[in-house]
Amino acid sequence: MILHPGVLALNIGSAITLLMLLYATVTGTVIIFRWDYSSSSAAQLMLERRTYLISTLVNYSLGFQVLSLILFIYCLDDIHQLFIGAMCATGSLNANPVGWYALLSKIMVFFLAGFWIALNVIDQKAEEYPLIKLKYLLLILLLPCIVLDFYLQISYFLGLDPAIITSCCGSLFGGDGDGAASSLAALPLVPSMLAFYGYFLVFSMIVCLNLYFASAALRVLLTLASALFLVLAIVSIISFVSTYIYELPTHHCPFDIMQRGYHFIGYPIYLTLLLGSYFGMLPGLFQPLKKISCLRQIIGAAETKWLTWSLTGVTLFVILVTYAINLSKLTYFQ
Amino acid sequence: MTKHLKIIDYAITSLLRRRYKSFAILAAYSLTVTTLASVLFLTHALRTETDYIMQGVPDLIVQRTIAGRHELIPVDYAEKIGAIPGVSGIRPRYWGYYYDGLTEANYTLLGSGGEPAPLQMLTGRLPVNPGESAVGAGVAALRGSAVSGELILVNSRNIGVLFQVTGLFRSESNLLTNDLVVLTDRDIVDFFGFPPGEATDFAVSIPQSSEIQTIAAKIKQLYPDTRPITKRELTRTYDMVFGWRSGMMLTVFCAAIIAFCIMAWDKATGLSADEKLEIGILKAIGWDTADVLALKFWEGLIISLTAFLSGMILAYVHVFFFNGFVLAAVIKGWSVLFPTFRLTPAFNLFYVLIMGFFTVVPYVASTVIPTWRAAITDPDSVMRG
Repeated sequence: MILHPGVLALNIGSAITLLMLLYATVTGTVIIFRWDYSSSSAAQLMLERRTYLISTLVNYSLGFQVLSLILFIYCLDDIHQLFIGAMCATGSLNANPVGWYALLSKIMVFFLAGFWIALNVIDQKAEEYPLIKLKYLLLILLLPCIVLDFYLQISYFLGLDPAIITSCCGSLFGGDGDGAASSLAALPLVPSMLAFYGYFLVFSMIVCLNLYFASAALRVLLTLASALFLVLAIVSIISFVSTYIYELPTHHCPFDIMQRGYHFIGYPIYLTLLLGSYFGMLPGLFQPLKKISCLRQIIGAAETKWLTWSLTGVTLFVILVTYAINLSKLTYFQ
Repeated sequence: MTKHLKIIDYAITSLLRRRYKSFAILAAYSLTVTTLASVLFLTHALRTETDYIMQGVPDLIVQRTIAGRHELIPVDYAEKIGAIPGVSGIRPRYWGYYYDGLTEANYTLLGSGGEPAPLQMLTGRLPVNPGESAVGAGVAALRGSAVSGELILVNSRNIGVLFQVTGLFRSESNLLTNDLVVLTDRDIVDFFGFPPGEATDFAVSIPQSSEIQTIAAKIKQLYPDTRPITKRELTRTYDMVFGWRSGMMLTVFCAAIIAFCIMAWDKATGLSADEKLEIGILKAIGWDTADVLALKFWEGLIISLTAFLSGMILAYVHVFFFNGFVLAAVIKGWSVLFPTFRLTPAFNLFYVLIMGFFTVVPYVASTVIPTWRAAITDPDSVMRG
């Protein structure tokens, strides 16, 4: 299994990015202990120069980490043919349940890496490196997550055995089961649709309010609203969006939509959703940093961009979903 | 944005100024991408071909084995197997392999009663009367049958038999029909000298796919000397073999990636006096370290993208226009006696991502530290020499 080209590329890429990150974290730790901005010694100058190296290394490796989420999902989908009983990525994940944790950790790392990159961008715009210690402390905390992610990924692929008979998405996301996934699939149609579109309107209003008023409470509200939107959107995909795409009221799998037969529509749907909610979470998370005087203006300028991106991402997501629903031959309402 | 566009502009002129060095890296980079992408394209093309074949494969094939070897199956087995609930049809298939000493190639001879579905793409018609045949494009070209309308084959009693060619295959997938000769069932039995009442195997149709495994188990219970093979098993085996083979090849070529990275590292470390001077002057006129890093980032990206694109195009040409002549023997495995065939072009966007992880990630990792060293150069130390 480990010799599948996609898996091989994923593992090699992840190993290299992990090494880059490890080097950056070790250098970052040295900076935390020896950093003294007021000093003009040669050692401090060298440390300042090293911050460029760390930023570059971390930006590259976290960027690759984000791409590896896409490649991971593609690999899951591609190797399902090797298992008896599997029809999409769900079957591959069920073949070795560690995969579910790996997927979850990849999504977590996607967000954490994104937050770090945003913090780094803000810090580099200020002249006095006000966030340098916080930044590298967070990097030290981020490293175990990435190591864990790498470990889960490797143990998932090593633990796959083609002789295992796995279960397909039909049994996991079927409306009749008693697991969490089945209960999501069995949600009533009309209330779910109303909740989804209604919440989208509320979310857009919160973003617009944030664009006009610079209140800290509104920013924090938006962060919570974005996280909730992410959850609600995934629930809606399982509950009714998927059935429209498959044109089959009983099929609720959130992975099949990424297959060729459905024109890979799942990829833009999930990407716009992830980006929209990521940018929505940023303004609230950065509120505490506004207390630092030299950052207030920089964060203020960045917030407008983040808000616009968030609204664009989420709106594109809803347009894509609505487009798929409209195009579908499945009709629940006459 | 404008700033970065200007930096890109500068990066391109700076790469062109050092054109020999840039070209050396570009050539090595493209070659690495070409090799790796060829493996991926070739496997993907072969997988696409097998997918075509699999469309025509029956849901379940029942063979008979004696002493672990494939044997002819008695036709009267069909009665009991056909009576199993869930089986919608069963038919005996007559086929075999024929080595043609004249052209030194293997043909597959198939009885027209057992024709798989994709064979309907035909110019002319399938054989109906004794002495008629339909042949694949490869056989027709080798034996000149298209012109003469005749095909002579030597049967099991060493007697030459003349067949009239009534049809030529123009299959969407060449691999499927290239070496194929279709005769009537009775001609096949006579040609190979099959004992009466025996066939090569049975093709069983089962409309409900979830019942296939159970029916296979029942057949095995009914006739313990048979071996039922499901369509799914065949597909999985092909997938495993191709995935494994390409993975093996990629692992072997990892040595090439490492060699390339060492070269990239070396080129990035060994800055010439001119380049150092250039960076020194840039910093003296007001560029800061972040700008120089951005410049180096864009230079790296331009080289990567150019090499990546040209490597992919070369691999595409190599595989689909020249049939992957460098690697085909290793990945195909069975091609030695097979007449040559042309691969159907097939492209998967995810291979771009896979190739990116194989080549761009190692390249970036091996150049990032030397690049940073160059970017932090002190202007005065360089200009003083």
